[in-house]
Amino acid sequence: MPGRARPMTRRGHMAETADETLIELPLQGLHAARGAKFVPFAGYSMPVHYAEGVMAEHLWTRQHAGLFDVSHMGQVLLPKDALAGLEALIPADLLGLPEGRQRYGMFTNEAGGVLDDLMVAHRPGDVFLVVNAARKAHDLAHLRAHLPGVEEVGDRALLALQGPEAEAALAGLLPGVAAMRFMDVAVMGWQGGELWLSRSGYTGEDGFEISVPVALAEGFAQALLADDRVRPIGLGARDSLRLEAGLPLYGQEMDEGISPIEAGQAWAIGKARRAGGARAGGFPGADVILDQLASGAPRRRVGLRPEGRAPMRMGVPLFVAAEGGEPIGRITSGGFGPSVGAPVAIGLIDASVPADATLYGEVRGKRLPAAQVPLPFVSPGYKR
Amino acid sequence: MKYTEDHEWLDADGDIVTVGITEYAATQLGDVVFVELPEVETQVAKGDEIVVIESVKAASDIVAPIDGEIVEINEALVDNPALVNEDPTGAAWFFKIKIEDAAALDEFMTEDDYKDHIGE
Repeated sequence: MPGRARPMTRRGHMAETADETLIELPLQGLHAARGAKFVPFAGYSMPVHYAEGVMAEHLWTRQHAGLFDVSHMGQVLLPKDALAGLEALIPADLLGLPEGRQRYGMFTNEAGGVLDDLMVAHRPGDVFLVVNAARKAHDLAHLRAHLPGVEEVGDRALLALQGPEAEAALAGLLPGVAAMRFMDVAVMGWQGGELWLSRSGYTGEDGFEISVPVALAEGFAQALLADDRVRPIGLGARDSLRLEAGLPLYGQEMDEGISPIEAGQAWAIGKARRAGGARAGGFPGADVILDQLASGAPRRRVGLRPEGRAPMRMGVPLFVAAEGGEPIGRITSGGFGPSVGAPVAIGLIDASVPADATLYGEVRGKRLPAAQVPLPFVSPGYKR
Repeated sequence: MKYTEDHEWLDADGDIVTVGITEYAATQLGDVVFVELPEVETQVAKGDEIVVIESVKAASDIVAPIDGEIVEINEALVDNPALVNEDPTGAAWFFKIKIEDAAALDEFMTEDDYKDHIGE
């Protein structure tokens, strides 16, 4: 045999881990038939990209419509009257959430950190939550410790159809979707089953998330993919799309040690839950979070455009000088933005750093400049 | 053409060896968005990480396949990293290395060996 040399090392955040029993998605066969490459993610075997690759999939979604299988995410049902109890865990205005609407929220902890972020849908007969795959078990235990009637939905796939042509493609199967606005939720019948829809997503584009009974999931996905405007999109492009859209990823932009204010998610704290509001406070960590809202947080989220072509990825330390000094923060998410055509990143830095300061990310021992820029990197296409 | 287990190809012309990555490696990496090359006149030892290559997915290193001196680098890759996906075994060569001992090439795989290695 030839001499052994070091294999190419992988340093990316999607590094593969062995010795893990992975759960397959209900549409595994469809993904494989479409040339998907699979990676482990949150205990699931997930399609990271299909034959065309991340770049083409990302750009396709921004121009047409991309179909994502996000069945790894947690789907949870609560009784109709659970919104008041949920307000004790989430600093969003949930009692003010009208029926037929969905709202973004975060489970907070006593220290003012974030346990997970989620979507809360107020439906005519119940409350429907979608939580992150990696936090599903945690969130279910957290909910059950505080609320009665918490039910995990185990028999439904979750698909997302995203992009400017998503409405037209989906309306071919479900004409009613054209009447939905951003963050509306609805239930529609399809081939004898019930689809649970919301007009929302995680790409910065218009689109829908659709909970489908497992038995109908493949047929529904195939019906969408039969439309030339729709292509399957993997987890890789999902991450680059959400990064360009400035959307936080739990475990990166926010975690138990990062507050919603630091993570740039103050907008998700309802007026009613703030100081002087009708139901001010009353959620875990309210003292810390409301104090940060009033007097400022120690750190802030920042959008970054690295100069040059080198991506600055998660964990890259940030400095205010090209040489010397201690880090003032770090990159929480970063990579190449296919629609921007350049590297983009989100960082968490000391709040005292001036907003016009050039920052320096240390990549492979070299400090490379990056400009602070407003988020998002691309204009949202939401149909409000 | 010779091949390494690290999916590099080596094309020798006398004591000058041109090095790139195989089509298989380029496909595995995905869309390449950044390439950093070594400096000309650098002495390298086999196994040294001398090229950084980043795709949309991840960063990888490419190691020197053999001892020698870097005598030329392909600047076109720095300006247009996508060349690595478009023409990995042609226009997207990475560097040329001057070697002391041409016999050192004997240890590398032939095309047939390499095809077996990647299971084709």
